[in-house]
Amino acid sequence: MARYRCGECGFVYDEAEGCEHEGFPPGTAWADIPDDWACPDCAVVEKPEFDRLDDTTVEH
Amino acid sequence: MEALSIEQARDYDHKRYLWPMGFGIILLIGALTSVGLYAGMTLFLFSAPLITYGVIPLMDWLIGKDSANPPEEALAALESDPYYRWLTYIYVGIELVFFAFLAYVVGTFQLSWLEWFGLTWTTGILTGVSINTAHELGHKKPRLERWLAMIALAPVAYGHFYVEHNKGHHRRVATPQDPASARMGESFWRFLPRTMVLSVASAWRIEKERLARKGKCAFSSDNEVLQAWAMTAVLWFALMAAFGTQLLPFLVLQAFLGASLLEAVNYVEHYGLLRRKMDNGRFERVQPAHSWNNDHIVTNVFLFHLQRHSDHHAHPTRRYQALRHFDDAPELPTGYAGMILLAYVPWLWFRVMDPRVVRHYRGDIRRANLQPGREEKLLARYPAADAAGEG
Ligand SMILES: [Zn+2]
Repeated sequence: MARYRCGECGFVYDEAEGCEHEGFPPGTAWADIPDDWACPDCAVVEKPEFDRLDDTTVEH
Repeated sequence: MEALSIEQARDYDHKRYLWPMGFGIILLIGALTSVGLYAGMTLFLFSAPLITYGVIPLMDWLIGKDSANPPEEALAALESDPYYRWLTYIYVGIELVFFAFLAYVVGTFQLSWLEWFGLTWTTGILTGVSINTAHELGHKKPRLERWLAMIALAPVAYGHFYVEHNKGHHRRVATPQDPASARMGESFWRFLPRTMVLSVASAWRIEKERLARKGKCAFSSDNEVLQAWAMTAVLWFALMAAFGTQLLPFLVLQAFLGASLLEAVNYVEHYGLLRRKMDNGRFERVQPAHSWNNDHIVTNVFLFHLQRHSDHHAHPTRRYQALRHFDDAPELPTGYAGMILLAYVPWLWFRVMDPRVVRHYRGDIRRANLQPGREEKLLARYPAADAAGEG
């Protein structure tokens, strides 16, 4: 289970948690999210530009 | 770079003690309206349009600009200072109280048609300017602020804006696909129906797609457009139950006037500006070059820095006190308040703004967002032949 971060506003998509509001149930893989999906908080960054967080990355 | 504390960052905000004017002006208009009512001075019932279209543009011209930016190390502290967000919460409370007061007056007083119209126009300005506060709140992550944004939009029946603006306009800004970006050669009066109708359609489509991913139909109680409109229905019905059904024309007209005021601001914000299409068919990321800015102090205070619009589009969740001015971003000759007056008079608007769009694209308006059907006329007037290519 990986996590992906919006480089503009810091929104994090966690595959384990999914994003219910956006219609992605817990466990939804990043690969299953459409490419034209944008960050739900800022809408500036689209899926392909999200940064993958490895387990050691500390959020700020 | 060491981040500053909230106390240290304060000093960088020159407008810190001016921001309460955002709701202060509503209290002032409330006072003037009451004087007009109880002293029988009809002119005072027009105080909101007189201030918006007269006093504020004049004060912008007299007082001038402030382009000071907080330094990078002060941004986080400015954003976390609760003072600023409290001002927006208080604003929403005052908006609702004044709106209810105006509905009470219109519903229960014996009014001449002129008095009725003055009060309705004043209400429209109140609810229209409140869309700006809803805009500031609706971009924020905390639930409370998003909820307050929807409440602030209830009087003006523009709740779909909350969805369309954040997820529609911000993604498609400065492209021909965006209903809220005006095109060069498009008058405000043409833009108004286009943006009003297509923004509702866009909001509906956005929610429909989101709900489809959840396996729900668009007519679901989860639909945020329906939720927002339901708030309007509840509010309007409650007011009509309290003050009479003859309130309906007032409610409808003030909502239309309020929404038109917001759309006039939308018209100004991106007029003629266009993002480049990349080789993969997508548009380039939004740049400072894709919004019109202005740093006149008075309008900036009343609109919570909305005119620092390039930074807002670069960082939509950033709070108003931390927005910055860019020297190289497109700049308007005066504040939004003065510019919307100009927008109402298309020939004057085109005379002032078209040369600015031409200059922005270094003479090559083929790079601008042109009104379909007017390309030839515009190119004949501003030939791109001898323009410098890249710039
Ligand atoms: Zn984001």
